[in-house]
Amino acid sequence: MSVAGVREAITRAHHEEWARVVATLTRRFGDLDIAEEAAAEAFATAVERWQADGVPPSPGAWLTTTASRKAIDRIRRESKRGEKQKEAQLLYDDAPPQPVGTIDDERLRLIFTCCHPALAMETRVALTLRMVAGLTMPEIARAFLVQEATMGQRITRAKAKIKTARIPYRVPSPEDLPARVAGVLEVLYLVFNEGYLATGPDTDPVRHDLTAEAIRLTRLIRVLMPDDGEVAGLLALMLLTEARRTARISASGELVTLDQQDRRTWDADLIAEGHRLVRARLAAGVAPGRYQILAAINAVHTSARDIRDTDWSQVIALYDQLARLDPSPIIALNRAIAVAELDGPDVAIAAIDRLDDKLAGYHAYHAARADLLRRLGRDRESRAAYDRAIELAGNTAETAYLTRRRDQLP
Amino acid sequence: MQYLFSVIDDTAGAATPDEDAAIDVFNERLQAEGRWVFAGGLGAPVSATVIDNRGGEAIFTDGPFVESKEYLAGFWIIEAADLDEALKLAAEGSKACNRKVEVRPFL
Repeated sequence: MSVAGVREAITRAHHEEWARVVATLTRRFGDLDIAEEAAAEAFATAVERWQADGVPPSPGAWLTTTASRKAIDRIRRESKRGEKQKEAQLLYDDAPPQPVGTIDDERLRLIFTCCHPALAMETRVALTLRMVAGLTMPEIARAFLVQEATMGQRITRAKAKIKTARIPYRVPSPEDLPARVAGVLEVLYLVFNEGYLATGPDTDPVRHDLTAEAIRLTRLIRVLMPDDGEVAGLLALMLLTEARRTARISASGELVTLDQQDRRTWDADLIAEGHRLVRARLAAGVAPGRYQILAAINAVHTSARDIRDTDWSQVIALYDQLARLDPSPIIALNRAIAVAELDGPDVAIAAIDRLDDKLAGYHAYHAARADLLRRLGRDRESRAAYDRAIELAGNTAETAYLTRRRDQLP
Repeated sequence: MQYLFSVIDDTAGAATPDEDAAIDVFNERLQAEGRWVFAGGLGAPVSATVIDNRGGEAIFTDGPFVESKEYLAGFWIIEAADLDEALKLAAEGSKACNRKVEVRPFL
Protein backbone atom coordinates (compact mmCIF):
# COMPACT_ATOMS: atom_id res chain seq x y z
CA MET A 1 0.00 0.00 0.00
CA SER A 2 1.16 3.55 -0.77
CA VAL A 3 2.50 5.79 1.96
CA ALA A 4 -0.43 8.14 1.40
CA GLY A 5 -2.88 5.23 1.60
CA VAL A 6 -1.47 4.08 4.93
CA ARG A 7 -1.46 7.61 6.28
CA GLU A 8 -5.09 7.98 5.29
CA ALA A 9 -5.99 4.66 6.94
CA ILE A 10 -4.30 5.79 10.15
CA THR A 11 -6.05 9.15 10.12
CA ARG A 12 -9.38 7.42 9.59
CA ALA A 13 -8.66 4.89 12.34
CA HIS A 14 -7.65 7.75 14.62
CA HIS A 15 -10.96 9.52 14.00
CA GLU A 16 -13.07 6.41 14.29
CA GLU A 17 -11.27 4.32 16.88
CA TRP A 18 -9.33 6.57 19.27
CA ALA A 19 -12.18 7.15 21.73
CA ARG A 20 -13.21 3.51 21.64
CA VAL A 21 -9.65 2.29 22.34
CA VAL A 22 -9.23 4.74 25.25
CA ALA A 23 -12.69 3.89 26.63
CA THR A 24 -12.18 0.13 26.39
CA LEU A 25 -8.77 0.29 28.03
CA THR A 26 -9.97 2.60 30.79
CA ARG A 27 -12.67 0.06 31.57
CA ARG A 28 -10.29 -2.85 31.47
CA PHE A 29 -7.39 -1.32 33.43
CA GLY A 30 -9.32 1.18 35.54
CA ASP A 31 -6.94 4.04 34.79
CA LEU A 32 -7.30 6.91 32.33
CA ASP A 33 -3.60 7.65 32.32
CA ILE A 34 -2.62 4.11 31.33
CA ALA A 35 -5.40 4.01 28.72
CA GLU A 36 -4.32 7.30 27.13
CA GLU A 37 -0.65 6.42 27.00
CA ALA A 38 -1.25 2.91 25.66
CA ALA A 39 -3.64 4.20 22.99
CA ALA A 40 -1.04 6.76 21.86
CA GLU A 41 1.64 4.05 21.72
CA ALA A 42 -0.64 1.75 19.74
CA PHE A 43 -1.22 4.44 17.10
CA ALA A 44 2.52 5.14 16.94
CA THR A 45 3.14 1.42 16.41
CA ALA A 46 0.47 1.35 13.70
CA VAL A 47 2.39 4.01 11.76
CA GLU A 48 5.39 1.63 11.61
CA ARG A 49 3.66 -1.73 11.30
CA TRP A 50 0.93 -0.89 8.81
CA GLN A 51 3.53 0.52 6.45
CA ALA A 52 5.47 -2.75 6.57
CA ASP A 53 2.66 -5.31 6.95
CA GLY A 54 -0.29 -3.53 5.37
CA VAL A 55 -3.43 -2.19 7.05
CA PRO A 56 -5.06 -4.96 9.11
CA PRO A 57 -8.58 -6.07 8.11
CA SER A 58 -10.02 -4.74 11.36
CA PRO A 59 -7.99 -1.67 12.39
CA GLY A 60 -10.04 -1.09 15.54
CA ALA A 61 -9.46 -4.60 16.88
CA TRP A 62 -5.76 -4.42 15.97
CA LEU A 63 -5.40 -1.10 17.83
CA THR A 64 -7.29 -2.31 20.90
CA THR A 65 -5.20 -5.49 21.12
CA THR A 66 -1.94 -3.63 20.60
CA ALA A 67 -2.89 -0.95 23.13
CA SER A 68 -3.89 -3.62 25.68
CA ARG A 69 -0.46 -5.25 25.32
CA LYS A 70 1.24 -1.88 25.82
CA ALA A 71 -0.85 -1.26 28.93
CA ILE A 72 -0.03 -4.69 30.38
CA ASP A 73 3.68 -4.04 29.70
CA ARG A 74 3.50 -0.76 31.57
CA ILE A 75 1.62 -2.26 34.52
CA ARG A 76 4.19 -5.09 34.73
CA ARG A 77 7.03 -2.58 34.64
CA GLU A 78 5.45 -0.52 37.36
CA SER A 79 4.37 -3.39 39.58
CA LYS A 80 8.07 -4.34 39.74
CA ARG A 81 8.69 -0.94 41.23
CA GLY A 82 5.95 -1.34 43.80
CA GLU A 83 2.37 -2.15 44.48
CA LYS A 84 1.37 1.50 44.73
CA GLN A 85 -0.21 1.50 41.29
CA LYS A 86 -2.74 -1.15 42.17
CA GLU A 87 -4.12 0.83 45.09
CA ALA A 88 -5.11 3.82 43.04
CA GLN A 89 -7.64 2.38 40.67
CA LEU A 90 -10.30 4.35 38.93
CA LEU A 91 -13.71 3.31 40.06
CA TYR A 92 -15.98 1.85 37.48
CA ASP A 93 -19.33 0.26 37.41
CA ASP A 94 -19.24 -3.36 36.33
CA ALA A 95 -22.76 -3.27 34.93
CA PRO A 96 -23.05 -2.65 31.20
CA PRO A 97 -23.75 1.02 30.44
CA GLN A 98 -27.37 2.06 30.94
CA PRO A 99 -29.07 1.87 27.56
CA VAL A 100 -29.52 5.61 27.18
CA GLY A 101 -30.35 5.41 23.52
CA THR A 102 -30.46 2.24 21.54
CA ILE A 103 -26.72 1.69 21.53
CA ASP A 104 -24.57 0.82 24.53
CA ASP A 105 -21.13 2.13 24.15
CA GLU A 106 -18.06 2.35 26.32
CA ARG A 107 -17.41 5.77 24.87
CA LEU A 108 -20.37 7.21 26.77
CA ARG A 109 -18.66 6.42 30.08
CA LEU A 110 -15.55 8.18 28.84
CA ILE A 111 -17.45 11.28 27.75
CA PHE A 112 -19.40 11.61 30.98
CA THR A 113 -16.25 11.15 33.04
CA CYS A 114 -14.34 13.81 31.08
CA CYS A 115 -17.28 16.23 31.41
CA HIS A 116 -17.87 15.59 35.12
CA PRO A 117 -19.29 18.64 36.95
CA ALA A 118 -16.60 18.38 39.65
CA LEU A 119 -14.04 19.42 37.01
CA ALA A 120 -13.57 23.05 35.95
CA MET A 121 -15.04 23.89 32.56
CA GLU A 122 -11.65 24.51 30.90
CA THR A 123 -10.46 21.18 32.29
CA ARG A 124 -13.51 19.38 30.90
CA VAL A 125 -12.86 20.89 27.49
CA ALA A 126 -9.18 19.92 27.53
CA LEU A 127 -9.85 16.40 28.80
CA THR A 128 -12.62 15.77 26.27
CA LEU A 129 -10.42 16.94 23.39
CA ARG A 130 -7.57 14.69 24.55
CA MET A 131 -9.40 11.54 25.67
CA VAL A 132 -12.44 11.51 23.38
CA ALA A 133 -11.33 13.46 20.31
CA GLY A 134 -7.72 12.29 20.45
CA LEU A 135 -6.16 15.71 19.88
CA THR A 136 -2.54 15.92 20.95
CA MET A 137 -1.41 18.11 23.83
CA PRO A 138 0.25 20.69 21.50
CA GLU A 139 -2.94 20.86 19.40
CA ILE A 140 -5.11 21.53 22.45
CA ALA A 141 -2.65 24.06 23.84
CA ARG A 142 -2.63 25.90 20.51
CA ALA A 143 -6.43 25.85 20.29
CA PHE A 144 -6.76 27.67 23.61
CA LEU A 145 -3.64 29.81 23.32
CA VAL A 146 -1.94 28.46 26.41
CA GLN A 147 1.53 27.02 26.88
CA GLU A 148 1.84 23.33 26.17
CA ALA A 149 3.23 22.76 29.67
CA THR A 150 0.23 24.54 31.22
CA MET A 151 -2.17 22.40 29.22
CA GLY A 152 -0.26 19.23 30.09
CA GLN A 153 -0.40 20.13 33.75
CA ARG A 154 -4.14 20.81 33.56
CA ILE A 155 -4.79 17.38 32.07
CA THR A 156 -2.43 15.63 34.50
CA ARG A 157 -4.17 17.30 37.46
CA ALA A 158 -7.56 16.31 36.11
CA LYS A 159 -6.53 12.68 35.79
CA ALA A 160 -5.16 12.77 39.34
CA LYS A 161 -8.40 14.23 40.66
CA ILE A 162 -10.51 11.65 38.83
CA LYS A 163 -8.43 8.92 40.41
CA THR A 164 -7.98 10.29 43.95
CA ALA A 165 -11.47 11.72 44.46
CA ARG A 166 -13.02 8.70 42.71
CA ILE A 167 -14.96 10.30 39.92
CA PRO A 168 -16.85 7.24 38.72
CA TYR A 169 -16.39 5.81 35.25
CA ARG A 170 -20.00 5.31 34.33
CA VAL A 171 -23.04 6.69 32.60
CA PRO A 172 -25.07 8.75 35.11
CA SER A 173 -28.29 7.40 36.56
CA PRO A 174 -31.49 8.31 34.69
CA GLU A 175 -32.45 11.02 37.21
CA ASP A 176 -29.07 12.73 36.82
CA LEU A 177 -28.86 12.24 33.07
CA PRO A 178 -30.54 15.42 31.73
CA ALA A 179 -28.28 17.71 33.78
CA ARG A 180 -25.19 15.69 32.88
CA VAL A 181 -26.02 15.63 29.16
CA ALA A 182 -26.48 19.41 29.33
CA GLY A 183 -22.97 19.60 30.82
CA VAL A 184 -21.52 17.55 27.94
CA LEU A 185 -23.28 19.71 25.33
CA GLU A 186 -21.96 22.85 27.00
CA VAL A 187 -18.41 21.54 26.52
CA LEU A 188 -19.04 20.78 22.85
CA TYR A 189 -20.69 24.14 22.19
CA LEU A 190 -17.78 25.91 23.82
CA VAL A 191 -15.31 24.08 21.57
CA PHE A 192 -17.43 24.97 18.54
CA ASN A 193 -17.71 28.64 19.47
CA GLU A 194 -14.01 28.96 20.13
CA GLY A 195 -13.54 27.68 16.59
CA TYR A 196 -16.28 29.83 15.12
CA LEU A 197 -15.29 33.07 16.81
CA ALA A 198 -11.65 32.43 17.53
CA THR A 199 -10.13 34.99 19.87
CA GLY A 200 -6.62 36.38 19.85
CA PRO A 201 -4.79 38.93 17.75
CA ASP A 202 -2.67 36.43 15.80
CA THR A 203 -5.33 33.78 15.36
CA ASP A 204 -7.30 32.88 12.25
CA PRO A 205 -10.79 34.37 12.61
CA VAL A 206 -12.32 30.91 12.16
CA ARG A 207 -10.60 27.82 13.49
CA HIS A 208 -12.03 25.17 11.25
CA ASP A 209 -10.15 22.43 13.12
CA LEU A 210 -12.15 23.25 16.25
CA THR A 211 -15.56 23.60 14.59
CA ALA A 212 -14.97 20.33 12.73
CA GLU A 213 -13.91 18.57 15.94
CA ALA A 214 -16.96 19.85 17.81
CA ILE A 215 -19.25 18.63 15.03
CA ARG A 216 -17.53 15.25 14.95
CA LEU A 217 -17.94 14.83 18.72
CA THR A 218 -21.57 15.96 18.63
CA ARG A 219 -22.25 13.47 15.85
CA LEU A 220 -20.74 10.78 18.05
CA ILE A 221 -22.94 11.76 21.01
CA ARG A 222 -25.91 11.74 18.66
CA VAL A 223 -25.14 8.16 17.60
CA LEU A 224 -24.86 7.20 21.27
CA MET A 225 -27.99 9.09 22.39
CA PRO A 226 -30.24 9.25 19.32
CA ASP A 227 -33.41 10.06 21.28
CA ASP A 228 -32.10 13.16 23.02
CA GLY A 229 -33.67 16.28 21.49
CA GLU A 230 -31.03 18.69 22.71
CA VAL A 231 -28.22 16.60 21.23
CA ALA A 232 -30.01 16.73 17.87
CA GLY A 233 -30.64 20.44 18.39
CA LEU A 234 -26.99 21.22 19.07
CA LEU A 235 -25.86 19.21 16.04
CA ALA A 236 -28.37 21.06 13.83
CA LEU A 237 -27.24 24.40 15.26
CA MET A 238 -23.59 23.60 14.53
CA LEU A 239 -24.32 22.36 11.00
CA LEU A 240 -26.41 25.40 10.08
CA THR A 241 -23.71 27.70 11.44
CA GLU A 242 -20.85 25.79 9.81
CA ALA A 243 -22.73 25.88 6.47
CA ARG A 244 -22.17 29.67 6.36
CA ARG A 245 -18.53 29.50 7.42
CA THR A 246 -16.87 30.42 4.11
CA ALA A 247 -19.44 33.13 3.34
CA ARG A 248 -18.86 34.74 6.73
CA ILE A 249 -15.29 35.85 6.14
CA SER A 250 -14.25 37.89 3.09
CA ALA A 251 -11.10 37.24 1.06
CA SER A 252 -9.42 40.07 2.97
CA GLY A 253 -10.27 38.45 6.31
CA GLU A 254 -13.16 40.70 7.24
CA LEU A 255 -16.44 39.60 8.82
CA VAL A 256 -19.34 39.54 6.35
CA THR A 257 -22.64 40.07 8.13
CA LEU A 258 -25.67 37.88 7.38
CA ASP A 259 -27.33 40.48 5.13
CA GLN A 260 -24.17 40.84 2.99
CA GLN A 261 -23.34 37.15 2.61
CA ASP A 262 -23.41 35.47 -0.79
CA ARG A 263 -26.00 32.84 0.01
CA ARG A 264 -25.05 30.74 -3.02
CA THR A 265 -21.80 29.88 -1.25
CA TRP A 266 -23.57 28.37 1.76
CA ASP A 267 -23.05 24.63 2.04
CA ALA A 268 -26.33 23.15 0.78
CA ASP A 269 -25.66 19.64 2.16
CA LEU A 270 -25.02 20.88 5.69
CA ILE A 271 -28.12 23.09 5.50
CA ALA A 272 -30.25 20.18 4.27
CA GLU A 273 -28.99 17.97 7.08
CA GLY A 274 -29.57 20.71 9.66
CA HIS A 275 -33.09 21.33 8.37
CA ARG A 276 -33.89 17.60 8.51
CA LEU A 277 -32.81 17.50 12.16
CA VAL A 278 -34.89 20.59 13.02
CA ARG A 279 -37.98 19.18 11.25
CA ALA A 280 -37.59 15.85 13.08
CA ARG A 281 -37.50 17.69 16.42
CA LEU A 282 -40.62 19.69 15.51
CA ALA A 283 -42.37 16.45 14.56
CA ALA A 284 -41.37 14.86 17.89
CA GLY A 285 -43.80 17.24 19.60
CA VAL A 286 -41.66 17.56 22.73
CA ALA A 287 -41.08 21.02 24.20
CA PRO A 288 -37.71 22.08 22.74
CA GLY A 289 -34.69 23.09 24.82
CA ARG A 290 -32.24 25.90 24.20
CA TYR A 291 -30.21 24.31 21.42
CA GLN A 292 -33.28 23.19 19.51
CA ILE A 293 -34.69 26.72 19.53
CA LEU A 294 -31.35 28.21 18.46
CA ALA A 295 -31.24 25.62 15.65
CA ALA A 296 -34.76 26.57 14.61
CA ILE A 297 -33.75 30.26 14.42
CA ASN A 298 -30.83 29.30 12.21
CA ALA A 299 -33.17 27.15 10.11
CA VAL A 300 -35.35 30.24 9.47
CA HIS A 301 -32.28 32.23 8.35
CA THR A 302 -30.95 29.48 6.12
CA SER A 303 -34.39 28.96 4.53
CA ALA A 304 -34.42 32.47 3.08
CA ARG A 305 -32.86 32.84 -0.37
CA ASP A 306 -32.42 36.53 0.27
CA ILE A 307 -32.20 38.51 3.51
CA ARG A 308 -35.46 40.23 2.49
CA ASP A 309 -37.26 36.86 2.42
CA THR A 310 -36.39 36.21 6.08
CA ASP A 311 -39.44 35.44 8.21
CA TRP A 312 -38.54 37.93 10.97
CA SER A 313 -41.75 37.46 12.94
CA GLN A 314 -40.91 33.76 13.19
CA VAL A 315 -37.39 34.64 14.37
CA ILE A 316 -38.82 36.96 17.03
CA ALA A 317 -41.35 34.34 18.16
CA LEU A 318 -38.50 31.85 18.59
CA TYR A 319 -36.45 34.36 20.60
CA ASP A 320 -39.50 34.89 22.82
CA GLN A 321 -39.70 31.14 23.36
CA LEU A 322 -35.97 31.08 24.15
CA ALA A 323 -36.28 34.00 26.58
CA ARG A 324 -38.87 32.03 28.55
CA LEU A 325 -36.29 29.25 29.05
CA ASP A 326 -33.32 31.53 29.54
CA PRO A 327 -34.11 35.20 30.30
CA SER A 328 -30.56 36.35 29.55
CA PRO A 329 -29.71 39.85 28.25
CA ILE A 330 -27.84 38.32 25.29
CA ILE A 331 -31.04 36.71 24.06
CA ALA A 332 -32.86 40.03 24.54
CA LEU A 333 -30.12 41.66 22.44
CA ASN A 334 -30.51 39.17 19.60
CA ARG A 335 -34.27 39.55 19.73
CA ALA A 336 -33.90 43.32 19.44
CA ILE A 337 -31.68 42.90 16.36
CA ALA A 338 -34.49 40.92 14.72
CA VAL A 339 -37.03 43.54 15.83
CA ALA A 340 -35.03 46.17 13.94
CA GLU A 341 -35.72 44.28 10.71
CA LEU A 342 -39.45 43.97 11.39
CA ASP A 343 -40.35 47.21 13.20
CA GLY A 344 -37.40 49.46 12.38
CA PRO A 345 -34.20 50.55 14.14
CA ASP A 346 -35.98 53.17 16.31
CA VAL A 347 -38.03 50.47 18.08
CA ALA A 348 -34.97 48.22 18.41
CA ILE A 349 -32.67 50.91 19.83
CA ALA A 350 -35.10 51.55 22.68
CA ALA A 351 -35.04 47.85 23.59
CA ILE A 352 -31.24 47.67 23.30
CA ASP A 353 -30.57 50.76 25.42
CA ARG A 354 -32.37 49.08 28.30
CA LEU A 355 -29.67 46.38 28.33
CA ASP A 356 -26.79 48.79 28.92
CA ASP A 357 -26.15 47.97 32.58
CA LYS A 358 -25.91 44.24 31.83
CA LEU A 359 -24.08 44.20 28.50
CA ALA A 360 -21.78 47.23 28.69
CA GLY A 361 -18.74 44.92 28.56
CA TYR A 362 -19.95 42.84 25.60
CA HIS A 363 -18.64 43.84 22.15
CA ALA A 364 -21.70 42.54 20.27
CA TYR A 365 -23.93 44.88 22.27
CA HIS A 366 -21.94 47.93 21.15
CA ALA A 367 -21.67 46.60 17.58
CA ALA A 368 -25.46 46.18 17.35
CA ARG A 369 -26.03 49.65 18.83
CA ALA A 370 -23.51 51.20 16.47
CA ASP A 371 -25.28 49.70 13.47
CA LEU A 372 -28.74 50.86 14.59
CA LEU A 373 -27.51 54.37 15.42
CA ARG A 374 -25.87 54.55 11.98
CA ARG A 375 -29.16 53.57 10.35
CA LEU A 376 -30.93 56.26 12.39
CA GLY A 377 -28.41 58.88 11.23
CA ARG A 378 -27.09 59.44 14.77
CA ASP A 379 -23.51 59.36 13.49
CA ARG A 380 -21.67 60.78 16.48
CA GLU A 381 -23.22 58.25 18.87
CA SER A 382 -22.69 55.52 16.30
CA ARG A 383 -18.97 56.32 16.08
CA ALA A 384 -18.62 56.13 19.88
CA ALA A 385 -20.39 52.76 19.91
CA TYR A 386 -18.10 51.44 17.13
CA ASP A 387 -15.08 52.61 19.12
CA ARG A 388 -16.26 50.71 22.17
CA ALA A 389 -17.09 47.58 20.13
CA ILE A 390 -13.63 47.60 18.48
CA GLU A 391 -12.02 47.97 21.88
CA LEU A 392 -13.84 44.90 23.21
CA ALA A 393 -13.86 42.60 20.16
CA GLY A 394 -11.31 39.77 20.28
CA ASN A 395 -11.86 38.33 16.81
CA THR A 396 -9.68 39.73 14.03
CA ALA A 397 -12.41 39.53 11.35
CA GLU A 398 -14.90 41.35 13.56
CA THR A 399 -12.37 44.06 14.39
CA ALA A 400 -11.63 44.60 10.69
CA TYR A 401 -15.34 44.83 9.85
CA LEU A 402 -16.16 47.21 12.70
CA THR A 403 -13.21 49.46 11.87
CA ARG A 404 -14.28 49.80 8.23
CA ARG A 405 -17.88 50.57 9.20
CA ARG A 406 -16.74 53.21 11.65
CA ASP A 407 -14.43 54.81 9.12
CA GLN A 408 -17.25 54.94 6.57
CA LEU A 409 -19.38 57.11 8.83
CA PRO A 410 -19.79 60.61 7.45
CA MET B 1 -14.10 5.24 50.56
CA GLN B 2 -14.16 8.11 53.05
CA TYR B 3 -14.60 11.79 52.32
CA LEU B 4 -14.07 14.85 54.47
CA PHE B 5 -16.78 17.51 54.21
CA SER B 6 -15.36 20.78 55.51
CA VAL B 7 -17.95 23.35 56.49
CA ILE B 8 -16.75 26.77 55.34
CA ASP B 9 -18.10 29.75 57.21
CA ASP B 10 -17.76 33.42 56.40
CA THR B 11 -20.50 34.80 58.60
CA ALA B 12 -18.65 34.69 61.96
CA GLY B 13 -21.67 33.28 63.65
CA ALA B 14 -22.68 30.04 65.36
CA ALA B 15 -25.43 27.92 63.82
CA THR B 16 -28.97 29.15 64.42
CA PRO B 17 -31.50 26.82 66.13
CA ASP B 18 -33.09 26.14 62.71
CA GLU B 19 -29.71 25.20 61.25
CA ASP B 20 -28.93 22.99 64.25
CA ALA B 21 -32.24 21.18 63.79
CA ALA B 22 -31.59 20.63 60.08
CA ILE B 23 -28.06 19.36 60.83
CA ASP B 24 -29.51 16.88 63.35
CA VAL B 25 -31.91 15.52 60.73
CA PHE B 26 -29.07 15.15 58.23
CA ASN B 27 -26.83 13.45 60.82
CA GLU B 28 -29.54 10.97 61.75
CA ARG B 29 -29.97 10.11 58.12
CA LEU B 30 -26.22 9.58 57.67
CA GLN B 31 -26.25 7.24 60.67
CA ALA B 32 -29.35 5.34 59.51
CA GLU B 33 -27.76 4.78 56.08
CA GLY B 34 -24.48 3.65 57.57
CA ARG B 35 -22.56 6.58 56.07
CA TRP B 36 -21.67 8.33 59.28
CA VAL B 37 -18.04 8.15 60.43
CA PHE B 38 -17.61 11.29 62.51
CA ALA B 39 -18.69 14.92 62.60
CA GLY B 40 -18.33 17.96 64.78
CA GLY B 41 -18.50 21.72 65.02
CA LEU B 42 -15.42 23.75 65.91
CA GLY B 43 -14.83 26.76 68.13
CA ALA B 44 -14.28 30.09 66.38
CA PRO B 45 -10.82 30.74 64.81
CA VAL B 46 -9.91 33.07 67.70
CA SER B 47 -9.86 29.98 69.94
CA ALA B 48 -7.10 28.34 67.85
CA THR B 49 -3.46 27.91 68.86
CA VAL B 50 -0.76 26.83 66.40
CA ILE B 51 2.17 24.76 67.68
CA ASP B 52 5.45 24.36 65.78
CA ASN B 53 7.77 21.80 67.33
CA ARG B 54 9.98 21.16 64.33
CA GLY B 55 12.94 23.03 65.76
CA GLY B 56 13.44 21.30 69.10
CA GLU B 57 11.41 23.80 71.07
CA ALA B 58 7.64 24.02 70.79
CA ILE B 59 6.56 27.48 69.72
CA PHE B 60 2.98 28.51 70.39
CA THR B 61 1.20 31.06 68.25
CA ASP B 62 -2.14 32.52 69.20
CA GLY B 63 -4.80 32.30 66.49
CA PRO B 64 -5.38 30.20 63.35
CA PHE B 65 -2.54 29.13 60.99
CA VAL B 66 -3.96 31.30 58.26
CA GLU B 67 -5.96 34.47 58.78
CA SER B 68 -8.83 34.64 56.32
CA LYS B 69 -12.39 35.72 56.04
CA GLU B 70 -13.45 32.14 55.39
CA TYR B 71 -12.64 29.51 57.96
CA LEU B 72 -13.40 25.92 58.91
CA ALA B 73 -16.48 25.87 61.13
CA GLY B 74 -16.96 22.11 61.35
CA PHE B 75 -16.73 18.90 59.38
CA TRP B 76 -18.20 15.55 58.55
CA ILE B 77 -16.35 12.38 57.68
CA ILE B 78 -18.62 10.16 55.65
CA GLU B 79 -18.53 6.88 53.78
CA ALA B 80 -19.48 6.94 50.07
CA ALA B 81 -18.83 4.65 47.11
CA ASP B 82 -17.61 7.42 44.82
CA LEU B 83 -17.54 11.18 44.27
CA ASP B 84 -21.05 11.26 42.79
CA GLU B 85 -22.51 9.83 46.00
CA ALA B 86 -20.34 12.12 48.11
CA LEU B 87 -21.34 15.23 46.14
CA LYS B 88 -25.04 14.46 46.54
CA LEU B 89 -24.62 14.11 50.30
CA ALA B 90 -22.48 17.25 50.45
CA ALA B 91 -25.22 19.19 48.63
CA GLU B 92 -27.68 18.10 51.32
CA GLY B 93 -25.17 18.84 54.08
CA SER B 94 -24.59 22.34 52.70
CA LYS B 95 -28.33 22.95 52.67
CA ALA B 96 -28.75 21.61 56.22
CA CYS B 97 -25.98 23.71 57.80
CA ASN B 98 -26.59 26.66 55.46
CA ARG B 99 -22.90 27.02 54.63
CA LYS B 100 -20.48 26.09 51.87
CA VAL B 101 -19.02 22.59 52.04
CA GLU B 102 -15.70 21.43 50.56
CA VAL B 103 -15.43 17.75 49.64
CA ARG B 104 -12.05 15.99 49.76
CA PRO B 105 -11.21 12.32 49.57
CA PHE B 106 -9.14 10.51 52.18
CA LEU B 107 -6.19 8.65 50.66
